[in-house]
Amino acid sequence: MNRRALRKAKNSAFLVLSLIATMTGLACLAAILWTLLSHGLAGMSWRLFAEMTPPPGSRGGLLNALYGSGVMTLLGILIGSPIGVLAGTYLAEYGRNSRLSTVIRFINDVLLSAPSIIIGLFVYEIVVVRMGHFSAIAGALALAILAIPVTLRTTEDMLNLVPIGMKDSSAALGAYPWRTTLSVLYPAARSGIVTGLLLAIARISGETAPLLFTALNNQFWSTQLNAPMANLPVVIFQFALSPYKDWQDLAWAGALIITATILILSISARVILAMLQSERGSGR
Amino acid sequence: MKIPNRLVVFAAAVAVSLAAVAATDISGAGATFPYPIYAKWADAYKKLTGIGLNYQSIGSGGGIKQIKAKTVTFGASDMPLKPDDLKAAGLLQFPMIIGGVVPVVNVKGIQAGQLHLDGATVASIYLGDITQWDAPQIKRLNPKLALPSTAIAPVYRSDGSGTNFLFSDYLSKASPKFQSSIGANTSVQWPTGIGAKGNEGVANMTTQTDGAIGYVEYAYAKQNKMAYTLLTNKAGAAVAPSAESFQAAAANADWVHADSYYLILTDQAGAKSWPITGASFILVYKQPGDPAPVNEAMKFFAWAYKDGASMAAELDYVPLPPPLIAQVKKSWVSEITSGGHPVWSGK
Amino acid sequence: MAIIDPRHAAKQLIYERIFRSATLSAAILVLLILGGVAVSLLRGAWPAISHFGFSFVTREIWNPVTDEYGALAPIYGTVVTSAIAMLLAVPAGFGIALFLTELCPPLLKRPFGVAVELLAAVPSIIFGIWGLFVLAPVLQRHVQPWLIGHLGHVPYVGNLFKGPPFGIGVLTAGVVLAIMVLPFIAATMRDVFDTVPPMLKESGYGLGATTWEVMWNVVVPHSRVGIVGGIMLGLGRALGETMAVTFVIGNAHRISSSLLAPGTTISSAIANEFTEAVGDLYTSSLIALGLLLFLITFTVIAAAQAMLRRLESRGGFAA
Repeated sequence: MNRRALRKAKNSAFLVLSLIATMTGLACLAAILWTLLSHGLAGMSWRLFAEMTPPPGSRGGLLNALYGSGVMTLLGILIGSPIGVLAGTYLAEYGRNSRLSTVIRFINDVLLSAPSIIIGLFVYEIVVVRMGHFSAIAGALALAILAIPVTLRTTEDMLNLVPIGMKDSSAALGAYPWRTTLSVLYPAARSGIVTGLLLAIARISGETAPLLFTALNNQFWSTQLNAPMANLPVVIFQFALSPYKDWQDLAWAGALIITATILILSISARVILAMLQSERGSGR
Repeated sequence: MKIPNRLVVFAAAVAVSLAAVAATDISGAGATFPYPIYAKWADAYKKLTGIGLNYQSIGSGGGIKQIKAKTVTFGASDMPLKPDDLKAAGLLQFPMIIGGVVPVVNVKGIQAGQLHLDGATVASIYLGDITQWDAPQIKRLNPKLALPSTAIAPVYRSDGSGTNFLFSDYLSKASPKFQSSIGANTSVQWPTGIGAKGNEGVANMTTQTDGAIGYVEYAYAKQNKMAYTLLTNKAGAAVAPSAESFQAAAANADWVHADSYYLILTDQAGAKSWPITGASFILVYKQPGDPAPVNEAMKFFAWAYKDGASMAAELDYVPLPPPLIAQVKKSWVSEITSGGHPVWSGK
Repeated sequence: MAIIDPRHAAKQLIYERIFRSATLSAAILVLLILGGVAVSLLRGAWPAISHFGFSFVTREIWNPVTDEYGALAPIYGTVVTSAIAMLLAVPAGFGIALFLTELCPPLLKRPFGVAVELLAAVPSIIFGIWGLFVLAPVLQRHVQPWLIGHLGHVPYVGNLFKGPPFGIGVLTAGVVLAIMVLPFIAATMRDVFDTVPPMLKESGYGLGATTWEVMWNVVVPHSRVGIVGGIMLGLGRALGETMAVTFVIGNAHRISSSLLAPGTTISSAIANEFTEAVGDLYTSSLIALGLLLFLITFTVIAAAQAMLRRLESRGGFAA
């Protein structure tokens, strides 16, 4: 085979391999979603949203787990996203080029990828041990710490995207940066910041490890924030590893609910971002 | 700046949620061995009184840790703590229910109650000395069974577990090699095999893996239709696990003279005795800081002794004999006190 | 006019000070969190560190009864599962990125790209249960017996594939991790490949190079730093992953030369044992494992971030 043919063959070979790689990746996604759908739908029923987690051998639902996850995710976002947004605002508005900002950006990116189990251990040490027991508030704090890096990054990026002309005109009118930020920048970057919130919610609703030793779990309905609270990921963990068919069905149903929620949130975030980019692109 | 109305409403909702007073639930943690019956009792008790039992089935080791850390009202352990440890921690220990640990297998073609093993063989399997199902030692005990040449996958408890203690105690008694190289405790160094969490995890892993052998409390084997094995007991007879054989093992137990109810029921004498029988214990503080939840817990236990016996029998647990229950209740009155008065409001 | 009124101006200044300190405090809080994590892990791990000293990292024994702990088995498991994951995911991710940037018809680029990123959004616990209930039986019944039968007798390599086919174990955990990490690596590489100036690629094509040759000889060297950064970010994720691994690793504190054997990783050991650890030394040893994981992942992720930043600041021009 002459050199040219060899090069062509090599080219085809690698391109075919890359196609195979893509197909494999898509096949894995399809396999996982298929398993989730088939097992999860089998476990779905109105009961899921009306009854509590049952003892082994009885049928029941996931109401307390759904409530617990909802409450802790909400609290986590309420606590974490203001901090993330404010910190992102600082990095975008006040500390653009300072040494401190560079360090903070760097540390933030590290926290973004840090193993969540470490955050769980951290909150265990400073909250659970001090309080003497597991609690929903400890779980919410762990989730808040996980939400901060996501919201910080998105807020800073979004604020930086606002046309500098808007900031300058506001300053020319005599407004302090706080006024500019609140009245001009936040509204302009609104959808971007909301995207950050959606991404943060998507990130923290699927986390199991940080909740394992902060909120623990609770068989029953509990609204007390300073007591262990049921949550979907830990319930899935416990039920999936059990030998009881009812529990395993609930685990799959719960897994489907979590995945569906996260996928919807992620897709919404992307749609908003896409709309945002096309807005910008159309010469505003 | 205007604060959106929605925010105010939401803050109020959170405040209300914080102040919400739930019915006093009893909190406990520990052994997975009795969990099926505790869960059944909790369900029935809640329907009766509205009070819930929040029991975290995390293994005896976890139960001991949580009660020592005072994060729960009572701890549950299948390994009885020694009287010295109890005294040092200020805990009272009493038996709640009796059950049996059974080996379960997942081998093609073998049904429940067909495979017959003895302590020495099981010990050799877990030591890694026997690695295939058609090994001569197993064939010798089962001449009529068709055994495949599948590799044996031993499954053990990876968490601190009283079931582990009972099983390793039995194997230590059956095999000197096991005794010297592994020993008996809630957590031991298994030289080979897969670890799983809780009785639930072992049951699940055994069902999932071809050629697996595991050990679970009988209720788990029964509820999940697993293939349990027969064992040769101390008297040399091949015996199947059942409430009857557990009861036979417990019949010889001398509870009256056991200090702090410390009694191990493995490898008991008797033709009908199941060799891996054990009691599951409850741990509470003798002088609790907050007597109210402890009182609720005692009321639950008293109810369980009386009205829970039939539910226990359904799952092949052995309820405690009446003289033992009376002895335990006497201990409650004399040992669990607050300010000089007994905490338990019953008699 | 309101702007000239001194009282108004003073109030505005006060608001400015408040706002600025609020944002600054929030930003500093990020630093404090990381510092807090490091400090609390150190404090929690101290009893174990002072008791065992450096030997903690070199011993395999893990016996809660005699209170003897060593981190070697978890470290080994973490390293091996991550290595398997990278070995599988990096070529695959590269292939996907290549496909998305060069081969994919423009119409399909968006949906395929989104599909790959959706894989990244799936929570790790889903990978765990899928791995246990779907992947492990397939591996046990078909793949592992094949590996044992065909490769078990090859000298040297054969040792990797000895032992009964459990279905779960170090290899299974590595495969599940690979699938988890794949979308990150693919997405990062694709983003990096997209920053290559089209002119560079066009020059290559203009000289008669094939697609692959342009890829390998122009795009890859140009985005070298970004590629390595992306790989290391993926590695950082793999090292710290808990739930995907815990279901299928087999929970055995043992080091085995066979990939088919059960093992343990740092994060799955902590996840499995923390709530039940009795005794201060046991708990402290688990926190010490957490500290080790923190140090390892911090180093890898920090290096990755540094590399990715260099790429951004260079603005994509060839070095």
